[in-house]
Amino acid sequence: MKKLFLALLFVPLLAFAAGTEVHLDKAPDRSRDLAALQNGAKVFVNYCLNCHSASYYRYNRLTDLGLTEGQIKDNLLFTADKIGEPMTIAMRRAEAKEWFGVPPPDLTLIARARTSGSGSGADWLYTYLRSYHRDDSRPTGWNNLVFPNVGMPHILWELQGEQELSPDHKLVLAKPGVLQPAEFDAMVADLVGFLTYIAEPMANFRKELGVVVLIFLFVLFIFSYALKREYWKDIH
Amino acid sequence: MGAANTDKYKSDGSAAGGLLEWVDARFPLLSLWNDHLAKYYAPKNFNFWYFFGSLAILVLVLQIVTGIFLTMHYKPDAALNASGIPAAFASVEYIMRDVPWGWLIRYMHSTGASAFFIVVYLHMFRGMLYGSYRNPRELIWIFGVLIFLLLMAEAFLGYLLPWGQLSYWGAQVIVNMFTAIPVIGPDFALLLRGDYVVSDATLNRFFALHVVAIPLALIGLVAAHIMALHEVGSNNPDGIEIKKKKGPDGIPLDGIPFHPYYSVKDLVGAVVFLMVFAIVIFFMPEGGGYFLEYNNFFPADPLVTPSHIAPLWYFSPYYSILRANTVNFFWIDAKLWGVIFMGLGVMIFFFLPWLDRSPVKSIRYRGPLFKGALAIFVACFIILGVLGTMPATPGLTMIAQVCSIIYFAFFLLMPIYTSLDRCKAEPERVTGK
Repeated sequence: MKKLFLALLFVPLLAFAAGTEVHLDKAPDRSRDLAALQNGAKVFVNYCLNCHSASYYRYNRLTDLGLTEGQIKDNLLFTADKIGEPMTIAMRRAEAKEWFGVPPPDLTLIARARTSGSGSGADWLYTYLRSYHRDDSRPTGWNNLVFPNVGMPHILWELQGEQELSPDHKLVLAKPGVLQPAEFDAMVADLVGFLTYIAEPMANFRKELGVVVLIFLFVLFIFSYALKREYWKDIH
Repeated sequence: MGAANTDKYKSDGSAAGGLLEWVDARFPLLSLWNDHLAKYYAPKNFNFWYFFGSLAILVLVLQIVTGIFLTMHYKPDAALNASGIPAAFASVEYIMRDVPWGWLIRYMHSTGASAFFIVVYLHMFRGMLYGSYRNPRELIWIFGVLIFLLLMAEAFLGYLLPWGQLSYWGAQVIVNMFTAIPVIGPDFALLLRGDYVVSDATLNRFFALHVVAIPLALIGLVAAHIMALHEVGSNNPDGIEIKKKKGPDGIPLDGIPFHPYYSVKDLVGAVVFLMVFAIVIFFMPEGGGYFLEYNNFFPADPLVTPSHIAPLWYFSPYYSILRANTVNFFWIDAKLWGVIFMGLGVMIFFFLPWLDRSPVKSIRYRGPLFKGALAIFVACFIILGVLGTMPATPGLTMIAQVCSIIYFAFFLLMPIYTSLDRCKAEPERVTGK
């Protein structure tokens, strides 16, 4: 009976297994690497936080990453006056829409929102930021393999250099940038690590607390099971 | 009760005894305690499947308590803030980041919604396994199906509140579905939305219905469900009535008091449930995109339609049935057929007590016809559920159509195959532990 049931269930489901869309590179895990996350914060504030806001994330929360309030104020507090304020931007949305076609999205949650069957949001961002190539047909002169006809030009081009699309649809580095390819990949990984962190700043704490909660529940289970055994020993 | 009350007073009219007696002279505390817990005799052979009723109550309480705390910080407001984010969406992130322990409360509530459906689907399946809907428990079953209906409404209304992309477009799709109903459909959809599109007015009325109207009705129905159960007594895995064999003291021979026996047993079940619940909350709060959909981390944008609008997993079997209707038939639009069959798919559970003609209740004593039909039905239900989360292609739509037909055939052919089935004889007393 059970075998028949399992066969009934899985044979049609096997037929659904379909291929995914774009291949995404796996983003290196930076969740416990404070130095890398600090570097990611620096890159984010310098390159992204002019057009993109991170409006649910407050500057003083950067203390999570081992920075002091003084360090944050002196080095990173560009778009706000007070350290308790969120990472907003001065650009008006109506104007941004005129310039880029769409207003640049808020990036606080982008690493969660971009998760899909193809990979995590971090994988998507890590691949996307490294997949820009020259395209003269686009108004910005840039196109992207992961996000076709994207409105944003290649902001990090000075660092990466210029990639072109080869006839067999592969990315080739035509003009080298300031950074070596491996250095550039590491920097993007730090930035993506930071975006992953701000998407859910409590993620590390959540997992640590989860272990404690499960240990507590396990102890509670032992006692409640012993209690049940004691009461039920007379029931036959 | 009434006569006994006079004994509780001393000659000067004051109550005899301590606080308990004082209260009991004024409120039926002891009789409630006895009727529903200490002297409610439940069959002693409950198995694994009998945990899900008390777990459903646990989840209901969790949802109400976490919901109260979320309501203190959530803002049902679709207006955009300076960063272009709708206030409702921003208030959810405010809860996740700035409210102390807000993230935990929110994850408990979002995971609790899925947990509620898992528990309730398993609870309903238990009823089908052991014939718990049969005479004399038809009303318990009907109250239960009403609870299931309200739970679907509650989940649908609550899903709009975070005001993400799928909140918005899911509500748009479902409310538009009602426009297919002839004559009253368009006006009903307008009333539901309070506007011509899903908007701030929709968000506010969904909020009101989600936090006040539906929970009130749910609690009332849960009370009726339990009162009806305690009136006729619980079924058990053997599907026989323990009240038929009573001892000289009038207590069923196979019955044991709910408290303490099942209160301590259900405590173990609750702890195991909480362990699974905690694993999801602390280690995978998105539930792989099934408990919190990734696309819902984008705020609602009325100008950008997502390429793939999938309902939450617990609606997906019915969403599949809706989409499986692709043929205009009898001059009626395919869309209306979809709405009709989706509605019937839920409503048909009401008739289950009268569709089942088997002489026995429990699957243990049923013949191969019912066992096979139930296995095929469950397989089709799960396949429909998986299909409902995927974009429709012609091949998948055909599978969904076959499964939809089997879904309804399970119910409509039930009077035939249950009366033809070769059943085994039921035992006199409950078996097993």
